[in-house]
Amino acid sequence: MSLDIVVMQAFNGLSLFTVLALMALGLAIVFGLMGVINMAHGELMAMGAYTTYLTAVIFERFMPGLLGIYLLVAIVLAFAVTFLFGLALERSFIRFLYNRPLDTMLATWGLSLILQQTFRSLFGPREVGVPSPQWLSGAWQPSPGLSIPLSRLFIIGLTVLVGLALYALLYRTRWGLRIRAVTQNRAMSGAVGIDTARVDAMTFAIGSGLAGIAGSALTMLASTGPVTGQQYIVDTFIVVVFGGVESLLGTFSAAFMIAQMQSWLEFTMTGSMAKATILLCVIVALYFRPAGLFALKVRR
Amino acid sequence: MPITRRAFLKSSGGAAAATLAAPYIWPRGAWAQSTVKVGILHSLTGTIAIAEASVVDAEKLAIEEINASGGVNGRKIEVIVEDGASDWPTFAEKARKLLDRDKVAAIMGCYTSASRKATLPVVERSKGLLYYPTYYEGLEMSPNIMYTAQEATQSVIAAVNWLAQNKGKSFYLIGSDYIWPRTTNKIAKPTIEKAGGKVLGEDYIPLGNVEFASVINKIKAQKPEVILSTVVGGSNVAFYKQLQAAGLNGKNQALLALAVSEEEASGIGTENLEGFLSCMGYFQSLKGSPNEKFVKAFKAKYGANRVVGDTLECGYISVYLWKMAAEKAKSFEVPAVVAASSELEIDAPEGKVKFHKANHHLWKHARIGAFRKDGQIEMIYESPLIEPNPFPKI
Repeated sequence: MSLDIVVMQAFNGLSLFTVLALMALGLAIVFGLMGVINMAHGELMAMGAYTTYLTAVIFERFMPGLLGIYLLVAIVLAFAVTFLFGLALERSFIRFLYNRPLDTMLATWGLSLILQQTFRSLFGPREVGVPSPQWLSGAWQPSPGLSIPLSRLFIIGLTVLVGLALYALLYRTRWGLRIRAVTQNRAMSGAVGIDTARVDAMTFAIGSGLAGIAGSALTMLASTGPVTGQQYIVDTFIVVVFGGVESLLGTFSAAFMIAQMQSWLEFTMTGSMAKATILLCVIVALYFRPAGLFALKVRR
Repeated sequence: MPITRRAFLKSSGGAAAATLAAPYIWPRGAWAQSTVKVGILHSLTGTIAIAEASVVDAEKLAIEEINASGGVNGRKIEVIVEDGASDWPTFAEKARKLLDRDKVAAIMGCYTSASRKATLPVVERSKGLLYYPTYYEGLEMSPNIMYTAQEATQSVIAAVNWLAQNKGKSFYLIGSDYIWPRTTNKIAKPTIEKAGGKVLGEDYIPLGNVEFASVINKIKAQKPEVILSTVVGGSNVAFYKQLQAAGLNGKNQALLALAVSEEEASGIGTENLEGFLSCMGYFQSLKGSPNEKFVKAFKAKYGANRVVGDTLECGYISVYLWKMAAEKAKSFEVPAVVAASSELEIDAPEGKVKFHKANHHLWKHARIGAFRKDGQIEMIYESPLIEPNPFPKI
């Protein structure tokens, strides 16, 4: 194995890490804060992807000159659309299901089926083509044998940005303080005057918005179709559960470990075997640490 | 009005009498005689709808054309569409409904092998007839199924031989992890060796996988002259986008896909596909009047931006093959139609093809073409008609 391949593999691991982290962040804060197992998280990502597609179509039709920057606009729009959808969803649907985890699972799974069929009816069963902007297609070649895909560099940058923004929101703002307080002890937070219902709605909306950003960015790597969400949801859940459901640090480290394992295992064995091996490792790890890698020590 | 027992007896007795009398009042079965029922059974919802839903359009088009020109054996076709919902037990259940309740003369249906395997016992037990319009792995020959697309040997052997002669001798095999890619590669490997080539690597990725970076690195490390891909579905979008991003494209790497048709092109992005090869039995860009007529009729009915691919065309000719067999047999009885299908020839959009004498599959061309910038496929090579051989000796 040449040095070039080693470098590219290391980069792949890093890239996959950011992809997984981006997908899992939204789910992690929703799951962690509210204990809501949102099976429709993947469909929220698909919604972000379709928003990106629609933005591309509009740019192509009305301002083809600006097609180069459409993706940046699309990411913001995808966040806005899924944020609002998440807010409406929480107020009209999810909030009636708190403290009933099994019911939420079934209800959100049903919701995911409804959303899938809605996408299918609106956009047709086939994948739609989302164009890559010129500056994102192709690869950066620091040396002849080495090529680093630009789209992956972009996603790494985006994840770092989103991660920092989320950190700032959670640990540097009043809102973040409230969110963390409710996560740690809902009853006590309510007692000291935090409007927990509002915090819930806001957090769910932010989580949904993050799904939208992820869906939008991943159109650069993968498909945009009615069942796109299903392709991500399993990995997303593995990352969140493995990392420990209430810890962002856990989500990041789980994403990092799974990504490194996956990219090296895929290189040494077939894709299916790699996936099976990872699942096996996760099961063994969860057997010894049922709460995940980083469990918050909280008095219940 | 309360229903008294007497009133009930009277009315039900009346109804029974009318039912008994019916055959004598109307000539026997005159109403039923004016139409013949045909079932269409594909997934309109669920994961597989992506590939299957459009086949229904082609089959409906054929039925409409046949009805406009007088029907089959003087009877118009009455079509009953059922949704298999990408769920194999649902396929079996709907097939049972079509055969036992609706008494259809034939079913056009199924896409994945799993749905066909679920439907097969139902069709055999009810002695029905199923036309299956998808290229598949072979290893099957039901007396109640007619296979109108390529089985594995009809595409992969021709493709491998052509590649070995024209593109290079070292191969890398990559496919989705289920029966069709694995069977296809089982046939491909000895064929590659026989052609003097060698297999540098073989890789299977889970269905729906969207992360190809490591696989692409493996391919780059091996430097094969040819990649033979049996990746299916949404994974293809990720595969081609990431190949392109990694610097492998139609200009510097030979890649032949056995499961990517014109229909997938727009979702994958034509700029990512340009120059890559595809092997199918049919391309929309084929010359000849039957195809031009078919494409024109399809676009007229469903819209100018619709694209036609191999499975669509096979669905379309399935209906015509059934019509021709029923007319040759002068009957809608399944054994008669099957017997009449032996060596039945049709002037199809893909050219003249005919049923094998005994094995229910079609003699077909294997065609290889390269993707153009507009997402259409330009034919480069056409094999002579290949005898179907669903049970190859490997």
